[in-house]
Amino acid sequence: MPRTAKSGTRSTFGPRQLHPGAWWLWALGLAAAASRTTNPLLLLLIVGVAGYVVAARRGDAPWSRSYGAFLKLGLLVLAVRMVFAVLLGSPVPGSQVLFTLPELPLPDWARGVRIGGAVTLEGLLFAFYDGLKLATLLICVGAANALASPSRLLRGLPGALYEAGVAVVVAMTFAPNLVADVQRLRSARRLRGRSDRGVVAVLSVGLPVLEGALERSVALAASMDTRGFGRTAPVPRRVSRATAVLTLLGLLGVCSACYGLLAPGGAPWAFPVLLVGLAVTGAGLVLGGRRAVRTRYRPDPWALPEWLVSGSGLVVAGLTIWFSGRYPEAFAPSVVPPAAPTLPLLPAAAVLLGLLPSVVAPEPPRSTP
Amino acid sequence: MITFDQVGVRYAEAAEPTLRGVDLTVPEGELCLLVGPSGSGKSTLLGTVSGLVPHFTGGELTGRVTVDGRDTRDHRPRELADLVGTVGQDPVAHFVTDTVEDELAYGMESLGLAPEVMRRRVEETLDLLGLAELRGRALRSLSGGQQQRVAIGSVLTVHPKVLVLDEPTSALDPGAAEEVLAVLQRLVHDLGTTVLLAEHRLERVVQYADRVLLLPGRGEPPVLGEPAEVMAHSPVHPPVVALGRAAGWSPLPLSVRDARRKAGPLRDRLAGHAPAVAPPATGEPVAEVRRLAVRRGPVPALRGVDLALRPGGITALMGRNGAGKSTLLGALIGLHRPSAGTVRVGGLEPHRSRPKELIRRVGLVPQDPRDLLFGESVRAECAAADQDAEADPGSCRALVARLLPDVDDTLHPRDLSEGQRLTLALAVVLTARPPVILLDEPTRGLDYAAKGRLVEVVRELAAAGHAVLLATHDVELAAELAHRTVVLAEGEVVADGPTPEVVISSPAFAPQVAKILNLPGLLTVDQVTRALERTS
Repeated sequence: MPRTAKSGTRSTFGPRQLHPGAWWLWALGLAAAASRTTNPLLLLLIVGVAGYVVAARRGDAPWSRSYGAFLKLGLLVLAVRMVFAVLLGSPVPGSQVLFTLPELPLPDWARGVRIGGAVTLEGLLFAFYDGLKLATLLICVGAANALASPSRLLRGLPGALYEAGVAVVVAMTFAPNLVADVQRLRSARRLRGRSDRGVVAVLSVGLPVLEGALERSVALAASMDTRGFGRTAPVPRRVSRATAVLTLLGLLGVCSACYGLLAPGGAPWAFPVLLVGLAVTGAGLVLGGRRAVRTRYRPDPWALPEWLVSGSGLVVAGLTIWFSGRYPEAFAPSVVPPAAPTLPLLPAAAVLLGLLPSVVAPEPPRSTP
Repeated sequence: MITFDQVGVRYAEAAEPTLRGVDLTVPEGELCLLVGPSGSGKSTLLGTVSGLVPHFTGGELTGRVTVDGRDTRDHRPRELADLVGTVGQDPVAHFVTDTVEDELAYGMESLGLAPEVMRRRVEETLDLLGLAELRGRALRSLSGGQQQRVAIGSVLTVHPKVLVLDEPTSALDPGAAEEVLAVLQRLVHDLGTTVLLAEHRLERVVQYADRVLLLPGRGEPPVLGEPAEVMAHSPVHPPVVALGRAAGWSPLPLSVRDARRKAGPLRDRLAGHAPAVAPPATGEPVAEVRRLAVRRGPVPALRGVDLALRPGGITALMGRNGAGKSTLLGALIGLHRPSAGTVRVGGLEPHRSRPKELIRRVGLVPQDPRDLLFGESVRAECAAADQDAEADPGSCRALVARLLPDVDDTLHPRDLSEGQRLTLALAVVLTARPPVILLDEPTRGLDYAAKGRLVEVVRELAAAGHAVLLATHDVELAAELAHRTVVLAEGEVVADGPTPEVVISSPAFAPQVAKILNLPGLLTVDQVTRALERTS
């Protein structure tokens, strides 16, 4: 149901930004699906689905271009994985030798490590599938990043976590600034007649770059302080003590429950403890929120498109996980002996459900420059 | 509104207190301009109002500063956030969020205002500052002037009674600076905001001030008074004031308009006594750019630029922020690869040359000279420069001794003043004896004295046969120095010719003296005084 400006949320009519949480849930759904398979056809299908939705629904802000960067990063990961497979060999036993590299003799204590030697088709194929899976996971994160900047996601954190969220945002904006600084200082080396290429050039600007980053963070901290960051409402001592105790107990519960769940066999007590732990932590955060005087300016609404987008991601994840139990051979194509992967129809159809956001998500507002 | 009661500030490592005996009151609803040479404590004084001094910077504050009755010693900056808005030189350092609308709302969110109030004030502020069509834009994609307006807007939304600005226009081109100052004036007129503004480029702001607070530095007491009175004795003053003093006008005009109304007799007296225009530099070009196009990412930064630099010529490169000035300098030093056309510097193609050879042909002092200085001390810096340039040991130190006579050898380059740092960077560049020297925005952050020294140094270089190209927003500097002025817009040359002709025909780039007298050939106060000597 569309809400009016009275409650402060943005209107659900017309072009608007989808709630960032919905995009991240959708992308994490795709990533969960990708983590279940090594079938390159399914993986490429997931990349295609993510790419199509990004192309259809991204805005024109600078971070919207990050999908391309993550795509390149994915290819790099794949390439690195392949190079390692060639150089260090592969755990997969293979019989079809493609070529043989000269093997480096290693001393006894390095038994089990091999450098060089025979490169088998099976080993390469295994590395390719594995690398592609990792690349797909990265690309899913890249899609979320392009569709909703992580700092928008962090704006939605509960009041008690707000300050931690700001620290994360500041850290994230520093990465691009650092890259720009390194570039600027490397070109300054050129102005001094020194070479601007190579590792030495990058390393030698380290100190000035750090100094610059430090100065910027001090300037930002001053700016935030003068704009009221960290103003707190007075709370009774009992409340702040209760907050600390609840949060601590809750987190302890969550941690031990995770341990129980991951332990072989799984402990029966773990799941209820997890729920209780989460509830206690939540209560701690709500209490902690009392200290914060902050209000939220036009929070993004969570309306039907948000349900559909996040739902489509979760359905993709759920169906893929279910199918992976039913068709294990299609989800993990045989490497030894190598066989051509086939595209399982039903799981492929399930992945295609991830295209739903390209239709149901609202157009992002575009600014005319 | 703001009361200083015997205020002094001393930083821990400093021998002298930065401020001493400041005892005055800034009334409500006035635009108070803070002037003074570099190092006279302007930023510190502004900091005591916002509470950053001493809560954030450390140091020892004596006396009392009260803003609307709140003592800034007892209130941390965040507790003054609803009362004092602070904007610095670099808007990018100020931004916490990443879009215009969120940035405007950030301060109100911190103060916990109700959603309806926030919504209304964001809309009002968007209109007040003319930002409505930019509301959804990413802050990084805005121009410098737009960013500075957003920064001002982001502190205005909490309706502060006092606005504190530290050199808000120093990074802006003349047009964008006008934009920002117009907004400030509107705030004072419409909202009754008290504005405390520090600025080096007085020619841009002094006519808007209701009151001027002069910090003379060197331990002399501050002076607060009517702008014309203070300007009559101030060591820092804009060209219009210098002209008024030279012509003996009283009361002293502060705006071009007032001066023009008084200038009739002076104009008559000077007509026909304009100095001869310096003949254009001749000789073979030492650097030449032909039909140059450069792309930076997807954006074409330069499109078909022609330029030749000849020995002994000083050329000014002007144009708004983002017009391609820095890119052109970068192309001349080989930082950017031409996508079409040619660049030749001393017979080399810069982007294909080895840095070691290139620095003998061309040197660039970047916008922030700190980028160029890696050393731990002035002495180390000089030794490194000699080594880089394969010059005789001591060459750079000799240059420093000439350009910067009394600098302490052991100081860290970061501890020098802006002007000293610029000169040190220039000396480092000159060590390799390049015939072409490029300066990117050299007067940013310089006071009038430092600027005067820079003018002398550059003139000497040109007289010694160097070709100088300076990219600048400072119209007064271009008028004073440049023989030739090139104006860029959107990567194309829109004007190129002798400085007097180019700047007089353009209202944005004309220096104050030219606007007042409108006599060909008379651009600076210096030229006017010399012409006056000739007439008498």
